[in-house]
Amino acid sequence: MLKVEQVSKSFGGLKAVSDVSLEVPEGKIVSLIGPNGAGKTTLFAMVAGFLKPNSGKILLQGESLVGLKPHKICELGMVRTFQITQPFAKLSIRENIMVGAYHHTDNPQKASEHAEAIAQRVGMRMSLDAPADDLTVAGRKRLELARALATQPKLLLLDEVMAGLNPSEVEEILTTIRSIRDAGVTIFLIEHVMQAVMSLSDYTYVLNNGELIAAGVPREVASNPHVVEAYLGHGAAERLNAREPHA
Amino acid sequence: MTAHHPRLLLAGVLILVLLPWVVGSEFLISFAIIVLYSATLGQSWNILGGYAGQFSFGSVLFFGTGAYTSSILHVTYGINPWIGLVAGILMGMLVGAFVGFLSFRFGLRGSYFALITLAFAEAFRIISNSVEFTQAGMGIYIPLDQHPLNFQFEGRTGFYYVILVFFVISVAIALRLERTRFGSRLMAVRENEDAAEALGVDTFGHKMKAIMISGGIGAAGGTFYAQYYLYIDPYIAYGVDKSVEMLLVSIIGGMGTVLGPFIGSLVLHTINEISRHYIDTPGLSLIVYGVILVLIIGFLPDGLIGLFKRKPKGDDAQG
Repeated sequence: MLKVEQVSKSFGGLKAVSDVSLEVPEGKIVSLIGPNGAGKTTLFAMVAGFLKPNSGKILLQGESLVGLKPHKICELGMVRTFQITQPFAKLSIRENIMVGAYHHTDNPQKASEHAEAIAQRVGMRMSLDAPADDLTVAGRKRLELARALATQPKLLLLDEVMAGLNPSEVEEILTTIRSIRDAGVTIFLIEHVMQAVMSLSDYTYVLNNGELIAAGVPREVASNPHVVEAYLGHGAAERLNAREPHA
Repeated sequence: MTAHHPRLLLAGVLILVLLPWVVGSEFLISFAIIVLYSATLGQSWNILGGYAGQFSFGSVLFFGTGAYTSSILHVTYGINPWIGLVAGILMGMLVGAFVGFLSFRFGLRGSYFALITLAFAEAFRIISNSVEFTQAGMGIYIPLDQHPLNFQFEGRTGFYYVILVFFVISVAIALRLERTRFGSRLMAVRENEDAAEALGVDTFGHKMKAIMISGGIGAAGGTFYAQYYLYIDPYIAYGVDKSVEMLLVSIIGGMGTVLGPFIGSLVLHTINEISRHYIDTPGLSLIVYGVILVLIIGFLPDGLIGLFKRKPKGDDAQG
């Protein structure tokens, strides 16, 4: 569904993303992991149209996204959430979600009903008429998800929706994300919480220093020595292996 | 959110319609004219600044453009001022589109946008002060010819009803913003442009529409001014005072609310009249404005209208 082909981006002399190619097949949950500063968010920003790649192609269902503004990309059925939540602080929770819902209707009544349904779906149980400013971190993450979902995307880009949540909150949001996938929305996510990545994704790409260093199903990737080294430092894989009793 | 009571609003409009019959005093009618006129200009600023979040420091651009358009068409080309009014509104929208395109295209936000609008207003003032077209610093006198078809009235009442119509239209536009998709999206742009863009809002297009609506309303106010006072010069048309008044009434009354500009205008002009009546020092009203602005921003960031809003119940809100 989504194809990224040999995309690169540098800021000044710094290569943030170099020559990355990946693919997100329809109906799957695909994750992008990597240590801090690996270029994950930069890659996301390019896919969503917030940054323009220096080179490479980005295709959504065969249509090129390079050079399109984010709102155009949203119209094509792909929407992102932000790692640092960006609520419309002074608007109510309902009004926040309605902005997404207005993507499909210009009727405020319908948008409001849709917003309520979406809020239920992502498990927001608080009063929707409270200002978004009052939400907790977990609530804001859910709101990001709800607003994005309200645009009825085909492909959802989630940028660390679990960062800063406690284990039970992570568990809840995992359930939510699975149910979104089961409803037919393809999901591409950046995540730091490994437990989440392992149990959630069908396929994983690992980015380090702007380059893809591994790809595969989560189990495979986690035992890949390159990945272990990227996370734990040079030589870590060897030391780990050495410590294991020889069979 | 405000103005959820259409009946209350309707009653308010009815009172304003009947006002000239109830109040006989010329003084009070001209006071009401000033309040409504200033509220209309404030609404022009409010739609761009309060709803779309683009703080303009040069909204007088629209006012002056409307005033000059109708006056030049009338005096130089002999075109009826009512047609001039329409032409002025179109020109106001055009100037809005011009300034908006240049600023929004290049992503100017916040104080940069404020400064560029101020710079444009000053540029327009200097240009209109030096070209023949606007009769330069001499200003334009509009010949007295009192006839409703000529956008001039014998008493104040005629002017009162004209500005009342302008005012009601400007309020109706703000009210629409509170209830439509366009308005919701505009407020989303105000709150967080990136998030709005990500959710499929054409932020550039929405800001352009907002500045054009603002331009149209401001220009209507400008034509009204020219016809009411029958004189316009570069300082009146493009001076910074009016820009400040436009944003002041909105901020004092309550930005991003339907009735904020009206409440701000009412309070500001009441204080102005009182201070002019009792104290004979010129310029004092400016000091009073400044003090009020500081007090409002310090204690009532939502403006005076914040006083009327129901406060959310602190303890009950948490489930």
